[in-house]
Amino acid sequence: MGGYIVKRLVSAVPVLLGITIIVFLIMSLIPGDPATAILGSYATPENVEKLNRDLGLDKPMVQRYFIWLGNMLTGDFGRSFSLNRPVLDEVSERFNATLVLAGTAFVLCSLLGILAGVISAARQYGLADKAITFVVLIGISVPSFFLGMMMILLFAVNLRWLPVSGMYAIYGGGDLPDLINHLIMPALALAAVATGVIARLSRSAMLEVLRQDFIRTARAKGVPERRVIMGHALRAAMVSIIPILGIQAGFVLSGAVYIEIVFQWPGVGRMLVDAILKRDLLLVQGGVVFVAACYVLFNISVDVAQSLLDPRIKT
Amino acid sequence: MTILSWTRRGLLAAVGAVLIAGGMFASATAQTPPGVLIVGQIAEPKSLDPAAVTAVNDFRILVNVYEGLTRYKSGTLEVEPALATSWSISDDGTEYTLKLRSGVNFHDGTPFNAEAVKFNFDRMLNEKHPYHDTGPFPLSFFFSAVKSTDVVDDMTVKFTLNAPYAPFLSNLAYPTGLIVSPAAVAASGKEFGRNPVGTGPFKFGEWRSNEAVVVERNDGYWGEAAGSQAVVFRPITDANTRVAEMLAGGIDLMVEVPPTSLGQFSGDGFSIAEQAGPHVWFLILNAKEGPFADKRVRQAANYAINKEAIVNDVLEGTATVAAGPTPPAFAWAYNESLDPYPYDPEKAKALIAEAGASGAELKFYVTEGGSGMLDPVPMGTAIQADLEAVGFDVKIETYEWNTFLGEVNPGLEGKADMAEMAWMTNDPDTLPYLALRSEAWPDKGGFNSGYYANAEVDKLLEAARTATDQNERAKLYREMQTIVQEDAPWVFVANWKQNAVTNDRVKNFGLEPSFLLHLQGVVKD
Repeated sequence: MGGYIVKRLVSAVPVLLGITIIVFLIMSLIPGDPATAILGSYATPENVEKLNRDLGLDKPMVQRYFIWLGNMLTGDFGRSFSLNRPVLDEVSERFNATLVLAGTAFVLCSLLGILAGVISAARQYGLADKAITFVVLIGISVPSFFLGMMMILLFAVNLRWLPVSGMYAIYGGGDLPDLINHLIMPALALAAVATGVIARLSRSAMLEVLRQDFIRTARAKGVPERRVIMGHALRAAMVSIIPILGIQAGFVLSGAVYIEIVFQWPGVGRMLVDAILKRDLLLVQGGVVFVAACYVLFNISVDVAQSLLDPRIKT
Repeated sequence: MTILSWTRRGLLAAVGAVLIAGGMFASATAQTPPGVLIVGQIAEPKSLDPAAVTAVNDFRILVNVYEGLTRYKSGTLEVEPALATSWSISDDGTEYTLKLRSGVNFHDGTPFNAEAVKFNFDRMLNEKHPYHDTGPFPLSFFFSAVKSTDVVDDMTVKFTLNAPYAPFLSNLAYPTGLIVSPAAVAASGKEFGRNPVGTGPFKFGEWRSNEAVVVERNDGYWGEAAGSQAVVFRPITDANTRVAEMLAGGIDLMVEVPPTSLGQFSGDGFSIAEQAGPHVWFLILNAKEGPFADKRVRQAANYAINKEAIVNDVLEGTATVAAGPTPPAFAWAYNESLDPYPYDPEKAKALIAEAGASGAELKFYVTEGGSGMLDPVPMGTAIQADLEAVGFDVKIETYEWNTFLGEVNPGLEGKADMAEMAWMTNDPDTLPYLALRSEAWPDKGGFNSGYYANAEVDKLLEAARTATDQNERAKLYREMQTIVQEDAPWVFVANWKQNAVTNDRVKNFGLEPSFLLHLQGVVKD
């Protein structure tokens, strides 16, 4: 097992290196440069050239890539010019906020999705199955940013139960209840689509398992139905559900971009969108590499978890 | 026990928990505290170092924490004393000697004096200054005319310019000229932008990244103390969310309300403030080649476009029709006798026929957004429809803002016949000097992307820049506006009115034509 993990980690290195090249190339090749973005209508060629020199962007591209890569290997991600602070400070702070949001949404969609899938499968074509299918299809079909805005309108503006946006109250907040209060709407809006997908796929995974012989045997020897479902069937179905969770975790993370904008959640997705529009090269590059590294690590842990569950998957 | 009954109980418990939690937390969304004004901003500030920032969004915080040597008189764009109490200008217009206000201290307790002023300008302009590395200072060219800054005595400072430059006093009032504490720059170095120290009515409290910048009342302020105990600036980048926060009571004041949302604040409980500013939205016409090389066709475009419909229907009344290159907000320099080109498609058709340009193809650069660009895509399509109605064949190309600037600023030659553009400036000199002189063609480092050239206009603008008497300058600018309107190098479309909404707990709030947000006098119950 240890060898397998090391092997997977080593294979992640070229992936990350490729990501640094791709993100660097994209940011260098898209039209519009940082100096123009900063100067706006005052971007005369003369001003642009001076500012580019001040920002260290007058060097050849290849040289800039290796300077950036070398600095990053020593832990120096550079300084964001649009926020005037070290990239790593900003990214790690923002990533924490995203983790809180995406993590909560992920737990919510996993629990609710699997639960809904199990109930649907256990009651195939029953009333519960139909009701769940209906709700789930709505969840899959409604775009999350629209759902988020409708939630704001209803729960924050009209009913005033929950705050509109942000992560903490501006005054007198900062504790856990305050965080939960701000987290409810964005986490639910973010979880909606993934919950639907997980519910649908868990349902079919469960249905497949429920048709197998060992389930009939279990039922025949008098195991209570609840244990048949939760103990025998679900455990077997988890082998095909866990990879779905892994994929959905990626979707939840990327879906966080819209949700962070709608709810002004101070996360890494919103940061990246702002940084791209401002051509904040180092912040975009550092942010993407950081997020990609986390995603790669997450995928590796999903694979490891899967091979623990199912000894047949071992390479 | 069946699976269904088990989950039904689970579901009931979950719903109960949520309801209890909702009830428990509902009280947490109470109203914002009195004396603390919460302002919804459009973005996270880049820095609170006035020499390092370029965005109006950041200026809105800065002018409450810092002061300049001069400032704009409330309600106008005329310069009045601030940290300087008086000044004299040498006859050749190259030496400005300013008397400084005594008894003023920075928030860190260090005194404001001539040395501090010299430090500020040297830091920005002199590459060898020990704190020049706290930059870059992208707008330092506002003071590129300054050859040296000298301390005459403790409370007198002298600026020597390399040539007469009349907008100098007005540039001192621009946020780039706000005075920072030298001791604080020395103490914080590159981090000064996050630990700002000035002389203003508010002093810096804290900056929670992406959540809020808090400034608190400066009890040692030399003038009248601020009306609020604290002001909190919250960055809320999404306009719909900003509107929702305003409706829900999460913020007390919001700027840049989207035109289509203004209606939601028309009832009781809110008031809307509007103020025309030094902004002009126009179309650059390529006067070097193609149909717009003919003055009659340029005039025809001005007649053909229904500007009333654009400001009233597309912009929902948040702008007025522009008459010429200078916005009316520069009251002292504005030519009142100019009327906008009327909407007259028949006259446009006649002019086009006369010039033999009927059915000409036009390529039109439109941007998706950008500073001061208002609603560029709907405005662009409205303009396209109006021009097609008089017989042009208009093709739109749309670009993201930074890409757009990269296409337009180097000049339209060989690429396009027209392009959208908007400017906000602090002096009537800036825009025409940078964008209408023949010496300001893109290859000479200016913004005259449509290659307009008129020797008379060049002469007037140079003369206005060197005249130190304001009445004399005003006369020159008015003459320039008449000529430029007739020559029609641009289609003059709109002057934006900045707006803001406050809730009924906020008193004494008003917007300034400078587009700066002075909150000193604002009180919140």
